[in-house]
Amino acid sequence: MSTRSRSRRSPTAAARSLSTAARSLSRAILAWYGARPLHLLALLAAFALAGYALRAVVAAHQWRGFAVWFIVAIIGHDLLLFPLYSLADLSIRRLLPRWARGGTAGPGAAGAGRSLVPVINYIRVPAGFALLLLLVWFPLILGLSAVTYRRASGLGTDPYLWRWLAVTGVMFALSAASYALALRRASVRARRAPPGADPNLPGKTSVL
Amino acid sequence: MARGTPAQRAVAAVRGAWRAAARTAHRAGAAVRRSAAAARGAAVRQPPGPFQPGFWRSPLRGRWLTSLLGLVLLVGLPVIAITGLLSYAAYNPRLQGNDETPGAPLLKFFLFSWPTHPAWLYRLDQGVHVTLGLALLPFVLAKLWSVLPKLFSWPPVRSPAQALERLSLIMIVGGVLFEFATGILNIQDFYVFPFSFYTAHLYGAWVFIAGLIVHVALKFPKMMAGLRSRSLRRELRTPLAATQPEAPDPAGLRAADPAPPTVSRRGLLVAVSGASLTLAALAVGQSIGGWTRRTALFAPRGLSAVTPGTLPVNHTAAAARITAAATGPAYRLVLTGRRTVSLTRHELMALPQRTAVLPLACVEGWSYSAAWTGVPLAELARLVGIANPSAALVESLQQAGSFRSVTLSAGQVSDSRSMLALCLNGVDLPPDHGYPARTIIPAAPGVHNTKWVGRITFMAAQ
Repeated sequence: MSTRSRSRRSPTAAARSLSTAARSLSRAILAWYGARPLHLLALLAAFALAGYALRAVVAAHQWRGFAVWFIVAIIGHDLLLFPLYSLADLSIRRLLPRWARGGTAGPGAAGAGRSLVPVINYIRVPAGFALLLLLVWFPLILGLSAVTYRRASGLGTDPYLWRWLAVTGVMFALSAASYALALRRASVRARRAPPGADPNLPGKTSVL
Repeated sequence: MARGTPAQRAVAAVRGAWRAAARTAHRAGAAVRRSAAAARGAAVRQPPGPFQPGFWRSPLRGRWLTSLLGLVLLVGLPVIAITGLLSYAAYNPRLQGNDETPGAPLLKFFLFSWPTHPAWLYRLDQGVHVTLGLALLPFVLAKLWSVLPKLFSWPPVRSPAQALERLSLIMIVGGVLFEFATGILNIQDFYVFPFSFYTAHLYGAWVFIAGLIVHVALKFPKMMAGLRSRSLRRELRTPLAATQPEAPDPAGLRAADPAPPTVSRRGLLVAVSGASLTLAALAVGQSIGGWTRRTALFAPRGLSAVTPGTLPVNHTAAAARITAAATGPAYRLVLTGRRTVSLTRHELMALPQRTAVLPLACVEGWSYSAAWTGVPLAELARLVGIANPSAALVESLQQAGSFRSVTLSAGQVSDSRSMLALCLNGVDLPPDHGYPARTIIPAAPGVHNTKWVGRITFMAAQ
C-alpha cells in the first residue's frame, strides 16, 4: 500500500521528502561525526589537494625522503626543539638567584639592598636571539656547507662564525647596558618614593 | 510492477539508504560519545607529564596571543606562498625542458608566460619571498609555542571531526616547518635533503597551502573572537607588574594553573617582532644591493660577497668544470636557425652592441644590478635567418649539472634588452660570470641567464 501511495505523490512532495532526508542526513552526520557536514567536506577537499600534490612527489620517486623530512620536521620541532629551548629557559631561571628570576611574588620581591629589576629577561632576549641566528644560519656559521657554498659562490664560510660571536656579544652588551639603565631608573624611583610605597609601581618600567 | 516514475523511485531508494546510514551513524556516534565521555570522566587516568593540564604554566598563552600571532602569519604566509608560486611561473615551465617539477597539471593552472617588464620583477619577487620567510620564522615558532599544549590534549580523540582536524594539522605544521627548513638550508647551499629542492619545495608548498586554507576556514571566526577578547593598544601599555593571564577559553589555550609572569605580553611581542626585524635586516642587503650589501651580515651573498670589482655568482666556473681550453681561442658560438653560423668571440665583439643596466636575481633571494654589454638576441636570430623567433634553446659549454640549457620564450628572445652579454660593467665577463659569453634576460630567474653559452638554437614562429 505505502509504495502505491508514494508513487502518487506530486513532484513538490518528492522534493520535500528529499529535503527532509537531507536534514536527517545532516543531523546524522552531526551526531556521528561531531561537526557540520561542511567541516567534513572542507577537510576532505584539503586532503584531496594535498594528496594530489603528493602524487607528483611519488611520480618523481622522491616520496620516501619527502615523507621522512615532513615527519622529522614536526617531531624535530615539537618533541626536540621545543623541549630543548623550554629546558634551557627553565635552567636559566633555576640557576638565577630568586630575586633575579622575576615572577616570584611580583613587586617587592626584591629584598632590601638587592636589585629592583629581575635580570632574567636581559639574559633571555640576547640568548634567545643568538640561538635563533644559529638555528637559521648554522650551515654557514658551523661551516657545514663550506664545500658546496664555495663551489657555488667562490666564498668561504669562515667569517660567519666570527660574525655570529660578534652579534651575540653585541646583543649581550646592549642588554647589559639597558639593564644598567633599568637598575638606575628603579633606584631613582625607590629613593623618590615615600617609605612603604611600592618601588616598582607606578612610573616607567622596562618594556619587557 | 512499476512503482511510480524513475525519479520517485530514486527518491525512495535514496531515502531508504539515508535512513539506514543515519541509524548506523547514530549508533556509531553514540559509541564514540560514550568512549569520549568515559575518557573525560577519567581525568586521573591522563598520562603524566605534558598530558596533565597542570604541566603547562606559561601565563602568556591564551586565545588572544595565539590569535594575534595567527593574524601576522595569515597576512605573511600567503605572500610567501604567492611569491613562491610566481617564482615557479618565472621559470616558464611550459616550455620544452624548463619544468624542474613535472606532474600535477591541475596545480599549474596559474602559469603564464613570464614577462620581461619590469626588469626587477623577479628580483622583487624572490627578495620578498626569502626575506619575508626569514622575518616570519620567529612568528612561526612563537605561534607553535602558543598552541603546543594542544598537541598533548587528552583524550587525543573526542570525535571523528576532531580526529580529522588534528590529522589535517600535519599538513600545516609539517608543511610550514618543511618549507622553512628546505628553503633556509637551500639558500646556504646545504644540500642534505634526499630529494630535489625544486620538487620538494613546490609540492611541499601545496601540501602546506591545503593545510593553511582549511585551517583558516575552520579557525577564522575563532581568531576574530580571540582578537576582540583583548585590546592590542592596552596590551602594549601593560608592563610586567600589571600583566595578568588571559581569561580561560573553551579551546584550553590558557594554562589551567598559570605561573606568575616573568615577562609581559608586550615584552613577548616586542621580542618576537624584534627578532623578526633583525633577522630580515641582517639579510635584506643581499637583495637590495649597493652599499646595503655590507649590512647583510647573515645572508649567503651579503657582506661576504663584497669584494671590490666583483659581483656574486651562484655557480663558479671551476664548479661547472669550464676549462680554459674551451673558452680560449678555440671557442665558437654556434647559432642555429634557418642556417647555422659559427662565431668566434672576436666576431661577436664586432657585431652591433648594446648596453643595458639589468638586475640579476637568484632564486635564493640575492640580486644585484649591473651594466651588461653584448649583442641583442634578436640580432643573433636575424643572423641565422629568423626574424620572428618563437623560442630559443640556449645551451652552456657546461657538460653536466642543472640548468645547463634553457628554453626562452618568444617574449624573452624578442625583448630588445635580452642579449648575449660579453662585458660586465665595461670589462670582459669574468670567468665566473660566464666568459666568453652569457645570456642576460630581463626579469628572468638567475639560472635562466645561461653562462658560458656554446650554442643557441632559434625556433621560427609557425
